[in-house]
Amino acid sequence: MGIAHKYGDDVNTDVIYPGRYTYKQLSPEEMAQHAMEDLDPDFVKKLKPGDYVVAGKNFGMGSSREQAAACMKYAGIKAIIAKSFARIYYRNAINFGLPAITIDTDSIDDGDEIEVDLEKGVVINHTKGEEYRFPPFPENVIKIIEAGGLIEYVKKDIGKQE
Amino acid sequence: MSQTIAQKILARASGLKEVEVGQIVTPEPDWVMSHDNAAAISKTFKKIGVEKVWDPEKIVIILDHVVPASTPEYAQNHLDIKRFVEEQGIKYFHGMNAGICHQVMAERGHDLPGSLILGSDSHTPTAGAYNAFAAGIGRSEVASIWATGHLWLRVPESFEIMVNGKMPKGVYAKDLALHIIGDIRADGANYMSVEFRGETISEMTMASRMVLTNLAAEMGAKAGIMDYDEKTEQFLKGRALKPYTPVKPDEGAEYQKRKEYDASDLVPKIAFPHTVDNVHDIEKAEEIDVDQVFLGTCTNGRLEDLRVAASILKGKKVNPKVRMLVFPASWEVYMDALKEGLLETFIRAGAMVMNPGCGPCLGAHEGVLAPGERCLSTANRNFKGRMGSKEAEIYLGSPATAAATAIKGKISDPREVL
Repeated sequence: MGIAHKYGDDVNTDVIYPGRYTYKQLSPEEMAQHAMEDLDPDFVKKLKPGDYVVAGKNFGMGSSREQAAACMKYAGIKAIIAKSFARIYYRNAINFGLPAITIDTDSIDDGDEIEVDLEKGVVINHTKGEEYRFPPFPENVIKIIEAGGLIEYVKKDIGKQE
Repeated sequence: MSQTIAQKILARASGLKEVEVGQIVTPEPDWVMSHDNAAAISKTFKKIGVEKVWDPEKIVIILDHVVPASTPEYAQNHLDIKRFVEEQGIKYFHGMNAGICHQVMAERGHDLPGSLILGSDSHTPTAGAYNAFAAGIGRSEVASIWATGHLWLRVPESFEIMVNGKMPKGVYAKDLALHIIGDIRADGANYMSVEFRGETISEMTMASRMVLTNLAAEMGAKAGIMDYDEKTEQFLKGRALKPYTPVKPDEGAEYQKRKEYDASDLVPKIAFPHTVDNVHDIEKAEEIDVDQVFLGTCTNGRLEDLRVAASILKGKKVNPKVRMLVFPASWEVYMDALKEGLLETFIRAGAMVMNPGCGPCLGAHEGVLAPGERCLSTANRNFKGRMGSKEAEIYLGSPATAAATAIKGKISDPREVL
């Protein structure tokens, strides 16, 4: 169970992970410190590991920068739940082992206590006593998330072939 | 089964006869491109535990984002890339004396009709002007292609955008693209492959077509693709690195979405802060003072862009309250502009001619903004904080609008000075 941190529509990659850090090679801990810096400077302070980011439509629009997904994972975010995702962000999140879940998020409020069950395809809102279903991920996507990301998955897969 | 351009290219690259929309395929790209982020990608690649890349002749690396380096960290990135390129024998490494990656991909003959191009940059769809299926991907994805030669992709839905009518004087591909984005919004083509066609597109130069496919990324598209014609053929003559096979959609191919636009009644457009889909007619922006005018980028730094801006600035002066920065998109563009005397026109007008590269577009160097400053930019993004301070404002417009604005010191309609 974690807390929902709610944001609006069209949250772009420049506010999630500003360009001034994009071409610096920072450690995971440093990257986590910059998460959402230009949208909500208090984001990292109010966060607990296992919390969720909940948003409106087109989350992660803009740049292909993977750090915009990575910084969320390093900050302890368990999954991102939005009405829709920009396509590169969606891929980057999954390829980093960070589930990107698409549901109607209108009934989730900032501060709600929520939980995600990936296998069953359901988001449980404990504060409201509601459940929201989402279609299960394709098999290859589940394998990537389970492996902890694309790189881990490819490592295992190459190991198998040899 | 009737297939779209996206379906045909993805099927061919996946070794399949045909593919369905929604199907997950694992194609081998014809080119996989990266830029300054190849430094970080090479580190991820090493973690996979493979010694050598899958094919050193299909990997393209172009330095453009922060060139030349502005800090020791950026310099280290470039050095790491140089070493990786040598160690792996990467055939197509275009150093910082080439230009912006999307422009260089075209100039150096990588953008081939019918090819599948994947790149770790969100504006990779630019290559679609040459009838390629080109999509932006993440860094880990590039590392995994370097190791395995393949990547999972979902076959996208297709969206046909038809544009007819002659564009009025003072209105350009940038205005049309902003108009479309304002209409369908920043997620109007999310996950989709956009096919642009119609008489307006056929009439356009390759450079103008690249403006539309470049901005397809700002519609959320996975790819933006144009049909192959004699203009494509002409451009590729003497440049194409390999033989190629253009791709047309089948009769009866399925489009999930269709839109038609009439270009003949368009006016110059401005995207207001802080989203690219916040588009208005220029009338609404007139009288907005600016501190900087930025002409360049993968969207609008090509020869025809510099030509129209120079024609407006010829014999005039940039307003003393404004700094104008001109970044040709590549050194080929720079040389052509030099020979035509365009650079002299800019310098005489009081503009600063900079080295080809991304410049301040992503806020790393060479003209970032102070709090409260406003910039009229020919780039493709105006997100908060993108060009430096998050208290700065970025307005997007065409190169002609940029030149007219530079003279007046406030956002100005280019039709009044043409």
